[in-house]
Amino acid sequence: MSSTTAESAIAPPKVHYLNAEHGLKSWLLTKDHKRIAILYLISVSIFFLVGGLFAGLIRLELLTPQGDLVSGDTYNRLFTLHGVIMIFFFLIPAIPAVLGNFLVPIMIGAKDLAFPKLNLGSWYVYNIAGLLGIYAMIKGGVDTGWTFYAPFSTTYSNSYVVPTALAGFVAGFSSIMTGLNFIVTIHRMRAPGMTWFRMPLMLWSSYATSLIILLGTPVLAITLLLLILERTLHIGIFDPKLGGDPVLFQHLFWFYSHPAVYIMILPAMGVISELIAAFSRKRVFGYKFVAFASLAIAVLGFLVWGHHMFTSGQSVYAATVFSVLTMLVAIPSAIKVFNWTATLHRGAISYDTPMLYALGFLGLFTIGGLTGVMLGTLGIDIHVHDTYFVVAHFHYIMVGGTILGYLGGLHYWWPKMTGRLYNRFWSQVSAITIFVGFNLTFFPQFILGFQGMPRRYWSYPPEFQVLNVLSTAGATVLGVGLLLPLFYFAASLGKKGRVAGPNPWGAIGLEWTTTSPPPTYNFEETPVVTHEAYAYEELHPEPTQKEPYLA
Amino acid sequence: MSLHVESKRNFFLVFGALMVLTMLTVYVAYFDFGAWNNVVAMAIAVAKASLVVLIFMGVRHSSPLTKLVVIGALLWMVFMVGLTLTDYETRGFLGVLGK
Amino acid sequence: MPEHSQSGALAHHFETYDQQREASSLGMWLFLVTEIMFFGGFFLAYIVYRSSFPEDFAIASHQLDVTLGAINTAVLIASSLTMAMAVRASQLAQRKAVVGFLIATMIFGGVFLGIKAVEYSAKFEHHLVPGPNFELHAEGANGEHAEGFDVGHAEMFFNFYFGMTGLHAAHMVIGIGLLIWLCFPAWKGRFNADYHNPVEVVGLYWHFVDIIWIFLFPLLYLIGFHVGH
Repeated sequence: MSSTTAESAIAPPKVHYLNAEHGLKSWLLTKDHKRIAILYLISVSIFFLVGGLFAGLIRLELLTPQGDLVSGDTYNRLFTLHGVIMIFFFLIPAIPAVLGNFLVPIMIGAKDLAFPKLNLGSWYVYNIAGLLGIYAMIKGGVDTGWTFYAPFSTTYSNSYVVPTALAGFVAGFSSIMTGLNFIVTIHRMRAPGMTWFRMPLMLWSSYATSLIILLGTPVLAITLLLLILERTLHIGIFDPKLGGDPVLFQHLFWFYSHPAVYIMILPAMGVISELIAAFSRKRVFGYKFVAFASLAIAVLGFLVWGHHMFTSGQSVYAATVFSVLTMLVAIPSAIKVFNWTATLHRGAISYDTPMLYALGFLGLFTIGGLTGVMLGTLGIDIHVHDTYFVVAHFHYIMVGGTILGYLGGLHYWWPKMTGRLYNRFWSQVSAITIFVGFNLTFFPQFILGFQGMPRRYWSYPPEFQVLNVLSTAGATVLGVGLLLPLFYFAASLGKKGRVAGPNPWGAIGLEWTTTSPPPTYNFEETPVVTHEAYAYEELHPEPTQKEPYLA
Repeated sequence: MSLHVESKRNFFLVFGALMVLTMLTVYVAYFDFGAWNNVVAMAIAVAKASLVVLIFMGVRHSSPLTKLVVIGALLWMVFMVGLTLTDYETRGFLGVLGK
Repeated sequence: MPEHSQSGALAHHFETYDQQREASSLGMWLFLVTEIMFFGGFFLAYIVYRSSFPEDFAIASHQLDVTLGAINTAVLIASSLTMAMAVRASQLAQRKAVVGFLIATMIFGGVFLGIKAVEYSAKFEHHLVPGPNFELHAEGANGEHAEGFDVGHAEMFFNFYFGMTGLHAAHMVIGIGLLIWLCFPAWKGRFNADYHNPVEVVGLYWHFVDIIWIFLFPLLYLIGFHVGH
């Protein structure tokens, strides 16, 4: 069909979830999962900016070997707050609560999640947690590191530990509410014909993530509660004078916080499966392997937490056991990387912006994952524990993995969520800027760590300065790249914006069968699913417009 | 799954059993079985908890998924306690790294 | 095909009452999983310390009142019975029975909390509250003064006593609140075979809180009998 008829055929639906009701109350009291996703988008973006500001201050201080920008005490607060905000208020919620909330019901063929009011409640709980955290920040912050190790956090720190711990505690509830909703929805609300093995891999990832959330987060909750009880009521569970063991704090803390990193990466992996299938126009190679690998990551991820404690005084025997188990947990992640790569092979690849993020993910996650295996090797970790090697490793996963996955997903589903198209050139510039800036920031840190530069230090020996300057330069580039989407996404929504049709990418998935934006109840009639998830060879879907961009 | 309504009789039977087991656990506490003290006490507690789960909470007639959820939670407790105890029970076995 | 608008009890995003009930029940079970792991962390800490200094824990445990603990155990079991009966009555649309059993459950719960308050105030009087004023004069089973125990470890026991029973009591208070909230729709006759989810899920929660106590009682109260033997 000619482009003119295709273009004129694209008008936004008259009534959709964004304009079905008007006014602030209709947003603040909504039960529509799609509106809740947008509410979360706003909240997590704000926290991401705040967390990013702290990162900027850290990198600024580290331009010079001496501690000269801020005091040592302030520096401790900067890296603590950077960690707390980024982990609990951005990385854990972002993909599930923004993309997951929007997509899970639609991908499953349902009208909403199982518990819509619980969903809205989770957003309010998240914001209450955020307010507690902001209160602690304004009062002076906390200096224990995001890991809150006893006995510093329980006894010796003079900072606002209790409100920050309470913020984490409350944020955990928000996370649990979302995860619980996803599990029930996926088990009980699949459309007719939507068997487990016809589900898009995004749903498998969301499911596995939700399992981790339910099983792990409560242990963080009790740990933080015990910390609060010790500080406020002298119930000294970790107090050595009473026979308490600070290492027990670490066991309890890491029992959650290791699986937490899989909460942060699994949803991104789900996004990547979707992107690679869509932009290779091929089914994901080894679909069942990828699906089961998600579950394997969720289970095995609970058995490795001691690898954070190799130098803490746990028994060598336990350390050895944890090291071996850590080798195992790498396997399902590797299986996924191989399967995604095999999907690309002989696919009809297009380098649209979401695909740039997916390809970047493949490389950066691989580096992050391999360095994780290095860290899991007991002997190596003794040398690089608490150095910048660790910092580089987890930023390769969290930024190179999770954030690229989140941004890739946002760029893929933006037309669906908003009914608008964004600017191709600036979106691609942004993706490449982020990739370059990221590597410049964090690759030097591998070297710094290996050479012995400790983490959480505000000053360092002068021989480390060159690499630190490179890292800060990279951070600046990365910051620019991350800010660009604000502008072109905003422009997409404006008067000069261009309307998106139901399926601008020509992709397969229930979400692409609805209008852009979708109606409040998602489907006019309950869909019946008759084919598998990425049936490109059978269905040959056409994009609903020639150029899926604004310009 | 259709609804199953438990009988009043079964509820009262379980109540009776729970009371008996409570008296038993107190009675048994006065004896010293050495290392078996904990095992006996926990066995009685597990028996009581099982009665509550299966009859009062209706798991006996619930879907396989519900049963899987209960087993999953218990399994995760085993992971958490078991792996943590591999540290505490083996402190001092292999000496200190680097020494 | 159930009418969504008529009774109002079937939410628009569910197809059948069965689906709604299964979703609601699964949701509460998943929440209980989080509660198991939550208390589980506390139990883990207890296990670690008790296996490290069992005699000191036993001496400290000897200070607790086993009779009150046992009565409380019986009271909670009775409350579980009445709760199960309340759920059953709601399944059978027996309006007055539901309210009666809910109130009975609340009363038992209140008795439990009352006895706990008595116990706690006794602990305050005997300086057994963790903190700067903690003192423990330990006796063996025959009344003789026990030698060689670590008073710090004994205080640690009381960290667990107050922490775990306190957390349990907080859950009871929330449970009683939920029971009060349930009385209103129950009195209006809202519950029947198709829709009784709120009663069922509160029942699951209540039974869970009972199970926690089933484990707390022997672990906290019944380990102190062999001191001095």
